[in-house]
Amino acid sequence: MSEQAMRRVTAIQNGTVIDHIPAGSSLSVLGMLGLLDSKSTPISLVMNAPSKKLGRKDVLKVEDRELTQEELDRLAIIASKASVAIIRDFRVAEKRSVELGTELVNVVRCSYSNCITNNPREPLPNRILVHKADPLELRCAYCGKIQDINGLVNHLI
Amino acid sequence: MVGFIPVGKGERAMASLITMDDLTNEEIISILDTAEKMLPIARGEVHLPILAGKVLANLFFEPSTRTRMSFEAAMKRLGGSVLNLGDVSTTSVVKGETLFDTMQMMDGYADIAIIRHPRQGAAKYSSDAVDIPVINAGDGAGHHPTQTLLDLFTIRACHGTLEGLKVALVGDLRYGRTVHSLSGALARFGCSLTFISPSSLSMPQEIVQDLRDSGVSIVETDDLVGSIDNLDVIYMTRIQKERFPDEEEYRKVAGVFCLTGKDLANAKKDMIIMHPLPRVNEIAPDVDSTPHAKYFEQAFYGVVARMALLCRLLEVDVQEVIG
Repeated sequence: MSEQAMRRVTAIQNGTVIDHIPAGSSLSVLGMLGLLDSKSTPISLVMNAPSKKLGRKDVLKVEDRELTQEELDRLAIIASKASVAIIRDFRVAEKRSVELGTELVNVVRCSYSNCITNNPREPLPNRILVHKADPLELRCAYCGKIQDINGLVNHLI
Repeated sequence: MVGFIPVGKGERAMASLITMDDLTNEEIISILDTAEKMLPIARGEVHLPILAGKVLANLFFEPSTRTRMSFEAAMKRLGGSVLNLGDVSTTSVVKGETLFDTMQMMDGYADIAIIRHPRQGAAKYSSDAVDIPVINAGDGAGHHPTQTLLDLFTIRACHGTLEGLKVALVGDLRYGRTVHSLSGALARFGCSLTFISPSSLSMPQEIVQDLRDSGVSIVETDDLVGSIDNLDVIYMTRIQKERFPDEEEYRKVAGVFCLTGKDLANAKKDMIIMHPLPRVNEIAPDVDSTPHAKYFEQAFYGVVARMALLCRLLEVDVQEVIG
């Protein structure tokens, strides 16, 4: 992350900084991380900051919480070029990248209303498969329907 | 968690048939070859109880005549037994039992389960819930692979090959699970496809995309009569009232296609007309007496196709018995 982008909001003492989020996608990222409804986690948000890599980008700073690799990998479907820094005592302690796996398990429900997995009492996990990586295409492992990537945040579990 | 995790009871000893992608072309041909040899058994001319002691569970959560009864006929002709779920309204499903729990019972009662369910993905879900093989007999507007096996059997019986034919799929391509399964299989055998439907009932995006990715030639049109002359196979389907969320939408397209004897005047001599049945008014009765009509023959072939499939999934070596 550039110093200029870092300075747009106060540096955090401990937590996670997610950089290079496509401009306008930071709220979806918060949704994917289950942080949209959080009342206790301090979060700083920079939107539409200039970026050499993306043209425009969003940046998120999540205080006092180190996101796990498993949580970060969820971001690959909406922010595949995101770079992540774990901050400890105002310093970058670790750098991480998000990785697109082959399957999302119990992250989102299938968006097709007649899919068997949309009976909330059925116990098997919701599974969304990465059918193609570039361009990204996701399909339900059960009904096979293509998932609207922009609408995934509306189907978070 | 991102990445594969095992679900259900883990590694299954025997495979299920959920979509046609579960079979290679070689396996399809092998099943059709076995089915052909089983014709005398299906007609009751030869008694061959090679599935004696095996139990099949017929789990039909939606109405069925041909699929349910042909599975039962196939199992019984080969000496096996059949458990029928019966009318769903008399089962624990109405008490709120999940599909997962229902399938757990079947795992203990039967050697193989046949499932038809109104929800798409139900067959795959069921196969993840149990150890026994599961056969998809129709999942919502998803797939119906055993219908495809008997369709392919019929096409091969009439044309002598599956390769390179010109096939039109007509009617409700959006909700029609038979054409979803059949289109992919035909493409794999090098057939060219014409999809004939009202625009509101066109083939789902994921199926068209997969077909185009495979390099198959597809024509999409709403003109049935103008397409007939060059075709080797016309596969008619019913506009399925029960799948429409809105009855008004159904009325707009109901009866849009009706194939009559007069329409066939310039058809190729060996062109065949198929239909998964039941039909409503999409094929006029005067077509029945033409040499093109194969739909009743097609329905009979469901027994041999399912016999061959049951033997394969129950790992009974029929080659040793029938050669």
